[in-house]
Amino acid sequence: MAKVIIPTPLRKYTNQHRTFDTQADNLSDALQAFVDEYPDVEENLLDDNGNIRSYIKLYIGDEKVSPNENGTIAIDNDTEVSIVPAIAGG
Amino acid sequence: MKLILNESSHKTMRNHAQADYPNECCGFFYGDAGDRRIVQEVQPVHNAKEGDQRRRFQIDPKDYQKAEKYALEHGIDLLGVYHSHPDHPAEPSEHDRKVAMPWFSYIIISVQDGKAEVTRSWRLNEQRQFEEESIEQTEIRRT
Repeated sequence: MAKVIIPTPLRKYTNQHRTFDTQADNLSDALQAFVDEYPDVEENLLDDNGNIRSYIKLYIGDEKVSPNENGTIAIDNDTEVSIVPAIAGG
Repeated sequence: MKLILNESSHKTMRNHAQADYPNECCGFFYGDAGDRRIVQEVQPVHNAKEGDQRRRFQIDPKDYQKAEKYALEHGIDLLGVYHSHPDHPAEPSEHDRKVAMPWFSYIIISVQDGKAEVTRSWRLNEQRQFEEESIEQTEIRRT
């Protein structure tokens, strides 16, 4: 079962759950399952076109991945997906 | 909204802010999330901003990823981000507001001429405007 690590700022939309487990076998389906489970996450994660928002990066392990750019990305039982918001300021 | 900040954690942030002057420093803090957020641990990170770091900071996504995993593994919450404002007030800039994440506490330390002077904390409200979060400072507990 793949695991999505939910970043702290999104946990108010996930009943404070820190992770989300999914049986999906690709990243897009995993994200869709995540949003289906917690609909309030959607506007903070996806833009109007259903793509990942520009200030959010996705990592599988140490590798940055992007379903917007790379299409279908296979995941398996051991996959850990991190949702990483850009943190910056001035 | 209240943030409980012990002397040791505050000192770590202030020292970091002074050491990186005239550039901005940045880092994470962890603890217990609730109506009163209690800071238990501070983790300085590298300012990854390319170019002028005197007015900008950026945290490497890998550092962020590590921070969330650290919190998971230790059963604590990533409460927010601190950064410094060299020779500027401890108030969020418009740039800070535009790129801020909801929920997080944003601690800002004003550093004047190399000396950390004022520490304030801020949180976005539902209208994406910053509201000040009061800081209650506590002494180090000695056992």
